[in-house]
Amino acid sequence: MDLTWSAAQERTRLELRGWLEHSLAGWRAEIGTERSGDTREGFAQQLLWERRLYEADWSAVSWPRAYGGRDGTLWDWLIFEEEYWRAGAPQRVTQNGLQILAPSVFEHGTLEQKDLLLPRIAAAEDLWCQGWSEPNAGSDLAGVSSRARRVDGGWVLDGQKTWTTRGAFCTHLFGLFRSDPDSERHRGLTYLLVPLDLDGVTVRGFGRLDGDEGFAEVFFDGAFLPDDAVGGGVVLGGVGEGWRVAVSAASTERGLLRSPGRYQATVSDLLVLGEERGADAAMRRRIAAAWMRVDAYRLQTLQTVTALLDGRDLGSEASLAKVWWSELDIELHEIALDLLGPDAELQGPWSKGHQFSLAGPIYAGTNEVQRNIVAERVLGLPR
Amino acid sequence: MRFALDDDREALRSTARELLTELCPASAVRAAWTGVPDEAAWNALADIGALAVLVPESDGGLGLDETYLVPVVEEAGQTALPHPLTETALVAAPLGVAGPMVATDLGGAGLVASATFAEAFLLVSGRGLRLYEAHEVDVEPVETVDASRHCGRVRPRAGGRSVTEDPEAVAAAFDRGVLGAAAELLGLSRAMLGLTAGYATQRHQFGKPIGSFQAVKHLLANARLEIEFAAPAVLYAAYAIAHGQPDASRSVSQAKWLAGSAAAVTGRAALQCHGAIGYTTEHDLHLYLKRSWALARAWGSADFHADRVAASISA
Repeated sequence: MDLTWSAAQERTRLELRGWLEHSLAGWRAEIGTERSGDTREGFAQQLLWERRLYEADWSAVSWPRAYGGRDGTLWDWLIFEEEYWRAGAPQRVTQNGLQILAPSVFEHGTLEQKDLLLPRIAAAEDLWCQGWSEPNAGSDLAGVSSRARRVDGGWVLDGQKTWTTRGAFCTHLFGLFRSDPDSERHRGLTYLLVPLDLDGVTVRGFGRLDGDEGFAEVFFDGAFLPDDAVGGGVVLGGVGEGWRVAVSAASTERGLLRSPGRYQATVSDLLVLGEERGADAAMRRRIAAAWMRVDAYRLQTLQTVTALLDGRDLGSEASLAKVWWSELDIELHEIALDLLGPDAELQGPWSKGHQFSLAGPIYAGTNEVQRNIVAERVLGLPR
Repeated sequence: MRFALDDDREALRSTARELLTELCPASAVRAAWTGVPDEAAWNALADIGALAVLVPESDGGLGLDETYLVPVVEEAGQTALPHPLTETALVAAPLGVAGPMVATDLGGAGLVASATFAEAFLLVSGRGLRLYEAHEVDVEPVETVDASRHCGRVRPRAGGRSVTEDPEAVAAAFDRGVLGAAAELLGLSRAMLGLTAGYATQRHQFGKPIGSFQAVKHLLANARLEIEFAAPAVLYAAYAIAHGQPDASRSVSQAKWLAGSAAAVTGRAALQCHGAIGYTTEHDLHLYLKRSWALARAWGSADFHADRVAASISA
């Protein structure tokens, strides 16, 4: 047991801290008023930022250098996340590619796919959105009905995906399609990589709860997807293997998409707000309670990363983290709104963050589904 | 950076677990409700050195730190050991009080657990602590909800010896007691969840095991969640004390607050999922539940510790 960072890790942290401070100031001076990455204008601003991250080798710290990373460990990734959120940097508009698609490419992709896909994800050249949910397949992902019909030289796609985050601004979609028309549920699905500019693909953005055009629905009307539409091929992990590939990504998304750094930054902001608004003893107690839960998440993540580096699988325990951070995020924002009082209805970072936090228990598998997973696979209760 | 119980700590913990499971079953806790606790588990803990983990090797102890002892205390909590392990091994031993089974009034505002059978009493005296032998104090037993705690009000008659006059040493002793209570609460939570998950799998209603119902699953998932995130805070607090970290006091409060919350959530879920069968003194659940109620308020309430944390975090 050793809870200290090495000298090299501390140096990396300081180097990054300095770079972030300097580069964020430069980027902000350049873009004018900063918009949410879930709007068209903000997305463009943040692409500029993503390219700066990439050029300085900070885009994907835990990836091999050959793929645009920094050869870092999961510890380096944690340090990066702490500093990134501490500096008040924007959310990563490339996160679906970086944190959901890429882990599946690392695990299931061919060498050619890794070589051709990963550097373009790190460099924010290909912008990926996820095509999993459908109007009738949300929590029950195995109910997807979008079809992929094999034809000479490619696939013909029909169906509809929806609630696709930043779909209206992305260039590519990864998703599950039913490639065996006679199959049911988890079988007969294929994980496909689809450029969104194909004929027969229509993307329509629409407003999320917070009003930003952060969602899209994607329609496939007999769209022809050539086998070479994406470098390295459009099938990830084999025809009919889609469920296996998607589930491995889901556990990554649940487990490691959210580093504690994000909540450490929020609770720091909450402490500042508490001072500004003269939090009374009861309010300070609520803030302290939230702080303790955030710090517990940090400590639990240190244990989780230790276990992962020891070669253990994260497994179903990822569901515990997902429920914890998503409900904690709401709590943090509710305390902030209570501190703001009537001002809570003003448009601003806290009201915006509050609305965003409310998505947490819904996406990446609802917390009800996660609690079932905890009960059945961690506690061993009967199905 | 490495945050895990390494092999040697895990070995001590699993040795303690094995002997506690064998020598402190629910029947032993139940027996302690009506008489002096059976000494077998306590003596076995002494034999493996668990009572002297924090005692230097030169004085016959193991010469190890809190990160070794706290997991053992958690195991004791899991079996609701009715002996004062926290008080003896974690609070008193580092003050040079090694040997006797110690009770103390540091955590209980006048109420002293194990008062009817302890061999020595570590009592607050002015700004310091004094140690009395059992024959040097008057013990007035009191009735408590968890009768296996054997609480009493203790008044020194005469004698005793000063253990420390240093307020910082007293504060540190209090913090170690808080840490022990947190570890016991965590163990109690695990015990109650284990009992309940087992019961929910066996108990059938409406033709199905009740554990197949989502309402039951979600109650128990909530308990598991609380335990998952309290556990690393308890271990970190042990590390912080062992390494004299500047945030040691705060981390101890955090551990107690989180473990108390875990025990409250788990206790309610456990009783609810057991239904009427759990609402009896015939079932074992109440042995663990009532201990958790006592420890949740002893060594500082949730609000006390939240306030300590609030005072130590700043923007």
